[in-house]
Amino acid sequence: MTTVAETTHEHHGHGHDHPEHVAHHFESARQQYDAGKLGIWMFLITEILFFSGMFCAYAVYRSLHPEIFIDAAKELNTMLGAFNTVVLIVSSFTMAWAVRAAQLSQKKLLVVLLWLTLLLAGVFLLVKAKEYTDKFNHGLYPGVFNRFAQEQYPAVTEAVISSYVSTETPAAPAEESKEAPAHGEEHGSTEEPSSGAEAGHEEHAEEHGHDDHEHAAEGDAHHGGAQGVHNIHIFFGIYYMMTGIHAIHIIGGMGVIIWLIVRAHRGEFSSEYFGPVDFTGLYWHLVDLIWIFLFPLLYLIH
Amino acid sequence: MSVGATPDRFQAADAGGHHDREDNYLLASSGIGSWLFTLDHKRIGVMYLVGIMASFFLGGIFALVLRAELFTGQKLFLSEDAYNQMFTLHGAVMTFLFIIPSIPAALGNFVLPMMLGQKDVAFPRMNLASFYLWVIGAIFFLAAIIFGGLDTGWTFYTPYSVTTNTRVILALLGVFVLGFSSIFTGLNFVVTINTMRPHGMTWFKMPLFLWATYATAIIQLLATPVLGITGLLLIAERALRIGIFDPEIGGDPVLFQHFFWFYSHPAVYIMILPAMGIISELVAVFSRKHIFGYRFIAYSSIAIALLGFLVWGHHMFVSGQSQLAAVVFSGLTFSVSIPSAIKVFNWTSTMYKGSISLATPMCYALAFIFLFTIGGLTGLFLGALATDVQLHDTYFVVAHFHYVMMGGTLVAFVGGLYYWWPKMFGVMYNENAGRFFSLIVFLGFNLTFFPQFIMGSRGMPRRYARYVDEFQIYHQLSTMGAFLLGIGMVGAIAVLIYSLYRGKKAPANPWGANTLEWMCSSPPPLHNFETPPPVGDPYDYSNLRYDEREGGYVVDPGSGKKTYSH
Repeated sequence: MTTVAETTHEHHGHGHDHPEHVAHHFESARQQYDAGKLGIWMFLITEILFFSGMFCAYAVYRSLHPEIFIDAAKELNTMLGAFNTVVLIVSSFTMAWAVRAAQLSQKKLLVVLLWLTLLLAGVFLLVKAKEYTDKFNHGLYPGVFNRFAQEQYPAVTEAVISSYVSTETPAAPAEESKEAPAHGEEHGSTEEPSSGAEAGHEEHAEEHGHDDHEHAAEGDAHHGGAQGVHNIHIFFGIYYMMTGIHAIHIIGGMGVIIWLIVRAHRGEFSSEYFGPVDFTGLYWHLVDLIWIFLFPLLYLIH
Repeated sequence: MSVGATPDRFQAADAGGHHDREDNYLLASSGIGSWLFTLDHKRIGVMYLVGIMASFFLGGIFALVLRAELFTGQKLFLSEDAYNQMFTLHGAVMTFLFIIPSIPAALGNFVLPMMLGQKDVAFPRMNLASFYLWVIGAIFFLAAIIFGGLDTGWTFYTPYSVTTNTRVILALLGVFVLGFSSIFTGLNFVVTINTMRPHGMTWFKMPLFLWATYATAIIQLLATPVLGITGLLLIAERALRIGIFDPEIGGDPVLFQHFFWFYSHPAVYIMILPAMGIISELVAVFSRKHIFGYRFIAYSSIAIALLGFLVWGHHMFVSGQSQLAAVVFSGLTFSVSIPSAIKVFNWTSTMYKGSISLATPMCYALAFIFLFTIGGLTGLFLGALATDVQLHDTYFVVAHFHYVMMGGTLVAFVGGLYYWWPKMFGVMYNENAGRFFSLIVFLGFNLTFFPQFIMGSRGMPRRYARYVDEFQIYHQLSTMGAFLLGIGMVGAIAVLIYSLYRGKKAPANPWGANTLEWMCSSPPPLHNFETPPPVGDPYDYSNLRYDEREGGYVVDPGSGKKTYSH
């Protein structure tokens, strides 16, 4: 893309052909807008790639352990997810309309639409907070606090959790960085099954890295189904990472929209200068689009 | 650098007829705040330069400590744990704080807008934000060092990085923040080159340094986000044990390696491509000859950037990945060497029958071609499946990537710094001293790393604090080389710093280059050009002649060469 100079007075630029909203280092408003447009598209590409790592993790685990996703998805509230999808789509509409209002110099409408978009984003986050609260109430935390992880890996989760309250080694169990843990030391929990046979199986599983033995006594270790599915906590790790980072992007977008509202109130935007609204709109559409992928992948497909 | 420390030379009124007297970016405003909040790309480049040189010094100290410890196979002063932390920090500081930002952020920031005849990059505030993100990332790394160290190796492999007692999360936060600094720099450069090239500067009239910077920026934009999310996932794994990478709770540690190397192999090209861009400039100018194969060099920059994304698995031949994947990655790895070979051929052809001047920047350019070629050729052994099984995780690998990363990027960076220093600060350095220390650097480098190829091929593992006696001679040669290299680097930097206080005033164009940054005064005024400079072929030197009174090259008005101007 070559930007052709549109005036013949660049060398007298100061105070003559440079409107206030055109930065001194740009030749023209057109060049500034082109730069911003390309810049926001490049930024959105980096955001897509940022999420791509998580989609890769999702794809790898889904292809290798489909049963995890079949069972875990049942724990999610599809109706709340669908509602949030509608909320975001409507907010994309209000944002697109705001861009149009800016292009037509409709200041009041622009401000109203930006507020509406901000409000809808807030609704999305409230629903998300509700969802998270419900999951926490069911013991569906991320990582070692997840009840499936605690049921399946009681020794590891107990060691990690106890390390959180240890002042010596926060966030990492001390013994694991020095030598393999003695198995007997980590089975003191009152929640341990009292059966010696089961305890033996747990030690065996830990020793070999296999988790199949844990359910040998139940006779269905090699079959799918709620009682036989392993590593459900990994689904929730992926779920919280994906939806959590998406929520952070919503919050970031809200911050930028507030900045736009302040500037719109000051009357900075017009048919001659609407780039920032346009660029923020593109960002908002991406945030919406990512959710449109997250919702079916996490909530619907199983 | 604060204005208060500006050498007196810059304060002196120039009695000559220069229109730019006292009108340069260094003196355009005063006070520490004018630097900390500057939007001028040149000042941001200088601030980056100070930051990355401090990081280089720190990483260099770590390197010398390692080499000193390895002088014998027995413990001298580092425990095994301390040794592990030392090589981790050396690697992380050198990679993330120094090499990756060195050429794009410091030199690229300074030079890129001027090469386009522009006043600044497209997004000056984003540029300053990039710098402060770099500072914050550096602070996280320093915090990791101070509060408990880091012993995972710069690669943070799981599952060890999940369980070690060292400050992995602090370091990962540093990597994450530094990654965004890199993304913003890349974004700024892509937009600036795409939308702010002056009238008449078509894509194939751009200096090759801009082609290299552009290719680098593409990688920064496309690969770095994956590093960012990988870092976050590892932080979550370590903090909460979400189970994605930790095999103890069902995760897959090899998945981390795929994610990590998907960024970190393209990152190799973030490091080397700008270096190649500098070499294209230096070889052409100091051969006083049009660059040979301009379009091939330009296209090979893009080819390296794109192929660089496809080869990450060659770091994992022994990790347990499938045989088919290994074969494919091996083939792609050999493919990526072709555009690099094209560049070396074209540089050599440029020098053929050229009028070669062995100025200090050219000494570094020649060193680069030699050292980078060794690094590239030894890469063939590592890209081949059969030989890599034996050589993987030995000192052969260490020598290979140091020849590429240090022999390549660092040498090109120093050469570029010597080349643009007169423009950046308006002073000439002592040419003989510069050449002398470039020779010391070259000899010290080879003495450090060539023995490592030999001991690596004989089985010396990397990252070991202790070794058996048969390797001692190689380690001792390497250690002596490292200290010689250290002397050379300190000397080279000292020559530059000395010039700030005692250097002769630099003319606008001391080297006779035809890229646009040499068409404004040295040092440049705040907005670079009073009027847009005329655009021509950046490698056509026929319109330039040496002016004794000026002490540098000036445009010959009688040359009759056509140029474009507004």
